[in-house]
Amino acid sequence: MVSSKAARNSHGQDSSYFLGWQEYEKNPYHPTNNPSGIIQMGLAENQLSFDQIESWLESNPDVLGLKHDGASVFRELALFQDYHGLPTFKNALAEFMAELRENKVQFDPSNIVLTAGATSANEILMFCLADPGDAFLVPTPYYPGFDRDLKWRTGAEIVPIHCSSSNNFKITKSALEEACERAQKKKLRVKGVLVTNPSNPLGTTLTRHELEILVDFICAKRIHLISDEIYSGTCFGIPEFISIAEVIGGRIDDVEDQVHIVYSLSKDLGLPGFRIGAIYSSNKAVISAATKMSSFGLISSQTQYLLAMLLSDKHFTASYISENKRRIKIRHDQLVEGLADVGIPCLESNAGLFCWVDMRHLLDKNTFTGEMELWKKIVYDVGLNVSPGSSCHCTEPGWFRVCFANMSTETLDVAMQRLASFVESGGQGEGPKGSRGLKKLMYWVRQLSLADDRTER
Amino acid sequence: MGYQSVSENSHLLSRIAAGDGHGENSSYFDGWKAYDSNPFHPVSNPGGVIQMGLAENLLCLDLIKEWIKEHPEASICTEEGLNYFEAVANFQDYHGLPSFRQALARFMGKARGGRVSFNPDSIVMSGGGTGAQETLAFCLADPGDAFLVPTPYYPAFDRDFCWRTGVRLLPINCFSSNNFKLTKAALESAYETARKNNIRVKGVLMTNPSNPLGTTMDRDTLNTLLTFVNQKRIHLICDEVFSGSVFNQADFLSVCELLDEEPSYDKSLIHIAYSLSKDLGLPGFRVGVIYSYNDTVVKCARRMSSFGLVSSQTQHLLSHMLNDDDFTSKYLAENKRRLHTRHEEFTSGLEKFGIKCLPSTAGLFIWMDLRQFLKENTENAELKLWRVIIDDVKLNVSPGSSFRCTEPGWFRVCFANMDDATMHVALKRIGDFADKVKDETTQLDDATMHVALKRIGDFADKVKDETTQLQQKKRFNKKLRLSFCRINDGGITQHLMSPHLQSPRSPLVKASH
Repeated sequence: MVSSKAARNSHGQDSSYFLGWQEYEKNPYHPTNNPSGIIQMGLAENQLSFDQIESWLESNPDVLGLKHDGASVFRELALFQDYHGLPTFKNALAEFMAELRENKVQFDPSNIVLTAGATSANEILMFCLADPGDAFLVPTPYYPGFDRDLKWRTGAEIVPIHCSSSNNFKITKSALEEACERAQKKKLRVKGVLVTNPSNPLGTTLTRHELEILVDFICAKRIHLISDEIYSGTCFGIPEFISIAEVIGGRIDDVEDQVHIVYSLSKDLGLPGFRIGAIYSSNKAVISAATKMSSFGLISSQTQYLLAMLLSDKHFTASYISENKRRIKIRHDQLVEGLADVGIPCLESNAGLFCWVDMRHLLDKNTFTGEMELWKKIVYDVGLNVSPGSSCHCTEPGWFRVCFANMSTETLDVAMQRLASFVESGGQGEGPKGSRGLKKLMYWVRQLSLADDRTER
Repeated sequence: MGYQSVSENSHLLSRIAAGDGHGENSSYFDGWKAYDSNPFHPVSNPGGVIQMGLAENLLCLDLIKEWIKEHPEASICTEEGLNYFEAVANFQDYHGLPSFRQALARFMGKARGGRVSFNPDSIVMSGGGTGAQETLAFCLADPGDAFLVPTPYYPAFDRDFCWRTGVRLLPINCFSSNNFKLTKAALESAYETARKNNIRVKGVLMTNPSNPLGTTMDRDTLNTLLTFVNQKRIHLICDEVFSGSVFNQADFLSVCELLDEEPSYDKSLIHIAYSLSKDLGLPGFRVGVIYSYNDTVVKCARRMSSFGLVSSQTQHLLSHMLNDDDFTSKYLAENKRRLHTRHEEFTSGLEKFGIKCLPSTAGLFIWMDLRQFLKENTENAELKLWRVIIDDVKLNVSPGSSFRCTEPGWFRVCFANMDDATMHVALKRIGDFADKVKDETTQLDDATMHVALKRIGDFADKVKDETTQLQQKKRFNKKLRLSFCRINDGGITQHLMSPHLQSPRSPLVKASH
């Protein structure tokens, strides 16, 4: 009766990534109301810097839109549905993106397409660049939402580029070639590569060498490169973040038409609710098509207006960017040190709102089943919702993504204490929930096979 | 700097991106270009083109602005509302703010006179009505499937419903002989045509109140439709985006009311598309709604809403506003009153010039009958007349052929997107034009009348040719090609878009340059 898309489970929302959230929703931690609840560490949100935006709002009452330079803009905003977007907002966004890259590159506002979050930006790019059945290569581990965003309604395929811990999950030329061959064996036409830089879930930035390898590769194959740079403002340490924009600018061969950047204000500014995404491309045909497609998810004009004012304030953006990074670094270090204290290493990282944590030594068995068992203990016995590496398509069991920027310092302390107790008890689960055993295991096996409502990320 | 033409690039792009399924590459935008390059302004450009091709409601924005001023707590940017900022800015749950869904459910019920109650849990957000239509197509049909749609219909359905989904829209032809009402025979005929062509029909898409007709469906027609979809076991999508813009409450019957009355109808086949762009005059805020009685569709649509959620800032503001019962009651009543007044003024003004409109009770436009001014009963003649209206009369109106109307000579004229003074200027211009044609006609005998009409036609052609030559550099198509051509590439057809899809250059755009 309904379409195949509606009838099948291709939305990808039954993965463990989303199931953990469900458990959190049923029993959310609160320091006073529910101190034994589950602490949410599976949500890559930036809640560290709201106060900075709030104090800016307090000093800028005109942003309500009823008055601007004395005249009301309410009516114009209410009617403004031009898919080219509010020019003042695009200008401010272009400048902000440049500022995040220390002005080493400049962005032309007319090459920006505004979208309803990065979710929509990635889907639109797929609709523009790939026909149903075409494939994009994506390095593993990758953000689980890509399975929905890139594939679900577009009919495109993802072919993973296998990266391994042996070289800290870096992208290599051979891994790229191998992924290409695998695609060809499946008779899939490869239309491009999609990378996330800084990486989700690794929290690392791509090196110049990796970026050059990628550009060489797409050049030779005449395919596209999408660089999802939504965490570009979260790089707090060395090495510095290098955007793909910096790399293609310096090359002799002309690849600008094949390279596209995705951005969003959900992570850097911590405003996921406002649904602010963008595609940046020098390819006029892509911009033209993507602009038309943005009709299906334009950004609310009142939100564009608010952000235009906010981002046009250069004093604000400069101090926000540096303070935001400072706070992320502090929180990152707190997590890394807390884990190190109990003998749990992390992949060394310099960006993102999470750490890629190595719990291979805590596995009963070095298999993905072993990883799921460990994960369930962490969720139920330790009371922490973290994301298992398998949900990110990691090829090696035992890695977990643990977020640190969506909670207070105190809550992070509690999380570290719980983890310490768990490890010290030999991983036998004497945490707040107590031991669950086989019953829970069976429950989870059932859960993983059920289609159900999931909250958004 | 690396710029390549579309054709050079097209092998790198998808078929959807490289093709014309978006429908925007048509010479139709002459009307828009004429407006954009010469927009009317009462003081600075009184001879400019008046925009009457834009179905927007500007009549009640003062009421909304007033409410916002009086309720600073609803805006997260004010002192009073700032404490909501963090929670709102962080909220990206695709279920939407519960208070927002409740507010929408209440408002939608109220717009139907309280005769229907909506369940907030069955409300799904979308990126405007545009997003709602596309999402429903994704949920209900596979590529190559078709939905039937009564003509004339809103041209952007071809983009919204078909472009990226691969679903087709097939017309159910309606005629002026019965005021364009949908008939059982027309439904059956359209269905049969699809069947003969091996096209699987998944449902019917209709707009009630109708765009462009401004009429509402009567009980019999709704029952015919419901019986039809139940018999064929296909879906019914009702776009009720103008449900709050009905002049007389009693005239609007929502399909939801009939579902409640007749339990034998299968509710799981019925889906409503709604938006706040028309009734509240807030197209910029991108608030679309899907309401379905089918849980599978609700779940799927909700997951798909990730691709076009409503900004939480907007959800927060509107949940306060639409939960304010006093305000919504007053607003809906006042909106109807102002629309009615405007409609009356406009239609009676036209009547004085001998121009008739289809009798209508809703919407932001009238369906104007200019068949008497056609040189001949053809689409070409309609286009020539349209050219005269844009270039000579200086009004941007929408020709019926762009709505797939089966009969030439009808035009959709919007009346709610301007103030009273501008409307009177528009009426005067139409009157002058009508008088001019009539004067020339009444003074002549038949033979001479034909000569006169020919001259007017030639004049129109000349004006058009001159304009064409002038505008050649601006890519104006010599042949005004409003006819639809089917490109047989997986059901993606090239269609026109009504000008209100290409939003005008707002002062906000101009101000920044």
